[in-house]
Amino acid sequence: MRYSALSVLLNGLTGKVAPAWRSPEPKAEYDVVIVGGGGHGLATAYYLAKEFGITNVAVLEKGYVGSGNIGRNTTIIRSNYLLPGNNPFYELSMKLWEGLEQDFNFNAMVSQRGVVNLIHSDAQRDAYRRRGNAMRLHGVDAEILDREGVRKILPFLDFDNARFPIKGAIRQRRGGTVRHDAVAWGYARGASQRGVDIIPHCEVSAIRQENGSVTAVETSRGTIRCKRLALATAGHSGITAAMAGITLPIETHALQAYVSEGLKPFIDTVVTFGAGHFYLSQSDKGGLVFGGDIEGYNSYAQRGNLANIEHVAEAGVAMIPALSRVRVLRAWAGVMDMSMDGSPIIDKTHLPNLYLNAGWCYGGFKATPASGLCFAHLIAKDAPHEVARAFRLDRFARGHLIDEKGQGAQPNLH
Amino acid sequence: MASLIPCPHCGPRPKEEFTVRGAVLPRPAPDAPVSEWQAHVYLRENPRGDYAEHWHHSGGCRRWLVVNRNTATHAVHSVTDAAEGRP
Repeated sequence: MRYSALSVLLNGLTGKVAPAWRSPEPKAEYDVVIVGGGGHGLATAYYLAKEFGITNVAVLEKGYVGSGNIGRNTTIIRSNYLLPGNNPFYELSMKLWEGLEQDFNFNAMVSQRGVVNLIHSDAQRDAYRRRGNAMRLHGVDAEILDREGVRKILPFLDFDNARFPIKGAIRQRRGGTVRHDAVAWGYARGASQRGVDIIPHCEVSAIRQENGSVTAVETSRGTIRCKRLALATAGHSGITAAMAGITLPIETHALQAYVSEGLKPFIDTVVTFGAGHFYLSQSDKGGLVFGGDIEGYNSYAQRGNLANIEHVAEAGVAMIPALSRVRVLRAWAGVMDMSMDGSPIIDKTHLPNLYLNAGWCYGGFKATPASGLCFAHLIAKDAPHEVARAFRLDRFARGHLIDEKGQGAQPNLH
Repeated sequence: MASLIPCPHCGPRPKEEFTVRGAVLPRPAPDAPVSEWQAHVYLRENPRGDYAEHWHHSGGCRRWLVVNRNTATHAVHSVTDAAEGRP
């Protein structure tokens, strides 16, 4: 059923709302099995069906749909990257975000309210100018704001902070926020409508091979055969890849995120601190949604320490003194697949019918549409999409790292 | 992560006194094949479970330590000085 103003009215009057996607029993075999029913797995299934006509697909999710990082992120979308390996990919994602709600007929509250990165020193302004120019060379919007330009849109910031005065900012107007749960639901619904089976509470425990190819997966809901297998398990990529004998350049880390009590509207853009890792926006419900650094140590526990909450709060209050009065309602964490250069992997593997999508670090949400489209392209055509060509698994051995932060082979620094 | 790390020299201290580096991995020989060095630098087992990690007691005795802990439960099983057991 197509969602529309009329359908809302009719369903409201009759009280009948159909589930947004089907709940079939898993079949014995599929053309493509996708392990991981998060944002990227579901987007991949959607584009496989919609763009490439491959519909005999199952998405296997070990929890309930939306329980992974797609349900835990801080909703930010942007395409303000520096390096040529990254820029076109994230810009493709931004263009897909812009048309997504119409494309998949679901309200994902795509809000292009802008992303503002604060500048606190002359050196930082130079670095951000360089990034802005790199963006513009790829046709992506970027502008440098001076101090008064920032004050006009964000009057509540601490401009004269003695340690971190605000000198200006770089802004991407087309960046913003998206309601992350709706992205999972919209892609799930769109895929399911086109014939994809979404199978939650189905945990893969083993990958079966025969004559050098993948033949099936063993799951908590039975053995499922597949012609092609695609792994999109984010922070659990090490576990699923190991089932095929693959060791990844990835460590799994915890990242906390927070939401505050509801406040009257006072921040109408995404704003990030330049003197520390801190990012914040205000949701339509009024709560401030914010976060900071990863915890720093390997963890699958989906929770973090109080010390990090204090550290994030310090950065927030240094930027917006008014935050010191605000109450934090909820804190939670996800599992981040931190890669050895901070950039993702969308690639084939040593097995001819096994495909890998991993290494998104803490930046996977904004990549959801492009990751889905590029991974679907790779699975459908057995060849990479043009904008994802650099995301190879062997780039580490070949010396073609995509290291935005320049931190080297230390995952917890990316 | 556990809030306290029992340093063998200083006793149980808040984890904020320490700096984490990463997995404990035997260093390849200088003349080992390139593939072995690439694996050492870039590839990680990344277990969901028990795991040995290098932590530096940067705010205390400043010794490098091997922390054996569980990445799913955050239980710390043992902490030894990294120099122990080395040839």
